[in-house]
Amino acid sequence: MTAPTGTRPARTGGTRPRVAPLRPTRRPHRAGRPKRSLLLTVLTGLVVVYSLVPLVWLLINATKTQAGLFSSFGLWFSDDFALWDNIRRTLTYDDGIFARWLSNTLFYVVAGAGGATLLAAVGGYGLAKFNFPGKRAVFAVVIGAVAVPGTALAVPTFLMFSQMGLTDTPWAVIIPSLISPFGLYLMWTFAAEAIPDELLEAARLDGAGEFRIFFRVCLPLLAPGLVTVLLFTSVATWNNYFLPLIMLKDPDWYPLTVGLNAWNAQALTVGGDVVFDLVITGSLLTIVPLIAAFLLLQRYWQSGLAAGGVKG
Amino acid sequence: MIRQRRRSVFTALAGALALVLAACGSGGSDSGTQEQLSAQDVQAALEAGGTIKVWAWEPTLKEVVTGFQQKYPKVKVELVNAGTGDKQYTALQNAIAAGSGVPDVAQVEYYALPQFALAKSMTDLKAFEADKFEGTFTPGPWTSVHAGEGIYGLPMDSGPMALFYNKEVFDKHGIQVPATWDEYVAAARKLHAADPKAYITSDTGDAGFTTSMIWQAGGKPYQVDGTNVKIDFADEGSQRFTTMWQQLISEKLVSPVNGWSDQWYQGLADGSIATLVIGAWMPANLQSGVAAGAGKWRVAPMPQWEAGGKATSENGGSGLSIPTAGANKALAYAFVKYATTEEGVKTRVDGGAFPATTAELTSQEFLNAEFPYFGGQKANEVLSQAAQNVVGGWSYLPFQVYANSVFNDTAGKAYVSGTTLSDGLKAWQESSAKYGKDQGFTVN
Repeated sequence: MTAPTGTRPARTGGTRPRVAPLRPTRRPHRAGRPKRSLLLTVLTGLVVVYSLVPLVWLLINATKTQAGLFSSFGLWFSDDFALWDNIRRTLTYDDGIFARWLSNTLFYVVAGAGGATLLAAVGGYGLAKFNFPGKRAVFAVVIGAVAVPGTALAVPTFLMFSQMGLTDTPWAVIIPSLISPFGLYLMWTFAAEAIPDELLEAARLDGAGEFRIFFRVCLPLLAPGLVTVLLFTSVATWNNYFLPLIMLKDPDWYPLTVGLNAWNAQALTVGGDVVFDLVITGSLLTIVPLIAAFLLLQRYWQSGLAAGGVKG
Repeated sequence: MIRQRRRSVFTALAGALALVLAACGSGGSDSGTQEQLSAQDVQAALEAGGTIKVWAWEPTLKEVVTGFQQKYPKVKVELVNAGTGDKQYTALQNAIAAGSGVPDVAQVEYYALPQFALAKSMTDLKAFEADKFEGTFTPGPWTSVHAGEGIYGLPMDSGPMALFYNKEVFDKHGIQVPATWDEYVAAARKLHAADPKAYITSDTGDAGFTTSMIWQAGGKPYQVDGTNVKIDFADEGSQRFTTMWQQLISEKLVSPVNGWSDQWYQGLADGSIATLVIGAWMPANLQSGVAAGAGKWRVAPMPQWEAGGKATSENGGSGLSIPTAGANKALAYAFVKYATTEEGVKTRVDGGAFPATTAELTSQEFLNAEFPYFGGQKANEVLSQAAQNVVGGWSYLPFQVYANSVFNDTAGKAYVSGTTLSDGLKAWQESSAKYGKDQGFTVN
């Protein structure tokens, strides 16, 4: 979902509207409308349903009591509407630990995803606009690193952090989140296209220092790419599960993902309080900020794209 | 004290765990050089104060910690849920191997304790005068915390087995409460014939349940003497169980729902799973997870192999142990004693836990408690009776955590294919034996 944005600004906005009306129309009554493919429409529809059903399920079931969950059909409401009560109980259960997990997650996202975005911007800009020996090697390493899933690195990272005494601290979650090879690669290609070399030369001629050039001239141009990377790393950090699972023992430092799983595991525990209703409501509350972030950042991202189109 | 399906995801972790254990186990018979601790030492430590870290997932311990800190204001207890069951054992083993971050006290299930005891990862509490608690606990759990001559923990709870059944479903179809296993099989047939959606119970292969059933049937498939291990599922008790249970599997009389899943809780609530043969700790889970079953469920003694018999076995249950690498053993022991033999017991019973101490199990207050969930039945009378009649002589493998993790890959096949349970157990035996040999045990 993120890759296309890197290339879009180069495609100088507006080609399509200009060309389309001029295209000769063979079928007079359907002028300007591309032929609808039934197959594609059906396929897209299926994908939409496939993506939305879990969300709808979550939304519907967050309104049920635990007894209602067991006695009603999964994709429709039960007689008792308990959403507000569920939310209240989710927020107050176990001395309000949910709020603590929420703030932990926010903290990991701000520090981890924010840091990762900044590092990716600085690194990508450097790689795109400066020549130095070993650049191709860096390129190879970054491309290789994109292919390695973070999960595969979690256990070696754990052993390393364990020796450094960093496990069971927030650092254990934040430091690995700072590294985003994909983000770096994206910023690299984006910076190469979005920042004209002439602009840098002009700025240098005017006597601006390199840091000033980066922060005052280049960073605004990189904004659309930054938002993309930020969105991407935020989602990754927000949903991060395996890494905090093995790094953290103290529930006070859990992010939401691990905390919700701990609640779910109570059903497996003898004497444990079975709280499926709170797990479901908690999951809903967990994705709300993500959806909000998507909607908000998407607007910003589009305005960034439009701004990028002007220079074409 | 968790009862969950152990999947092969953990196999690798369990493997690493036992590897370390075997390495330690071959080296050590040095319990004689262990530090001693007297009652005065413990008292002095309590007065001096300090902080201890407790790894446990049992929910009622939270209240126990509060009570303990009120009684001994100078002591601070950090209660950490480091995972449930084998997740915690992996974390514990990692910490012990790394030599850092080892807790002062750890909750360990009875089936897993031999593994830690053999490696001397846990302190032999005999040196702390724990042998004076002989008689404080019921025989089942007290035997369970022993390994060889040593005492490697104090029992926190116990799970003598009983039959939990849905009276409403039984009444509806005119089914009598089965007193023997033959009657149980007959009840299963009658119920499923009357209502094809209803099953007598659910089972998709559960190592803990299987071993507990064999235990009750008088089977002793595991014989352990130090590092000499004998595994034999061909003995009479094991065969008794497989013959009976095979009928239920072959005739599809058990519901194919995984235990402890949301579907399982749903089945318990809607009557499609009509009985559970399970440990005495179950009431707490029924009350919180199956609220819709309130008033419908009852408790009866475990069905018997011989009419008029009283034999039961233990299912689950855990104790509190003190890792050898823990920092503050005196305070740790003070906490373990408080939680398992002193005020902590009452706190836990009030919180819904099933005790392991004779005094609580025979107190009038405990026995006379009426459970609204069980329609006012004095359920503890049945459960307490079960605790007194646990068959003796059972032992688990010193690598039971691993063995249980491969149960579904071996014996579990009997539930999904044409393999018989008996052949499945044979495969489980071979798989366990091979692993034991690889770890340096002498098997068979």
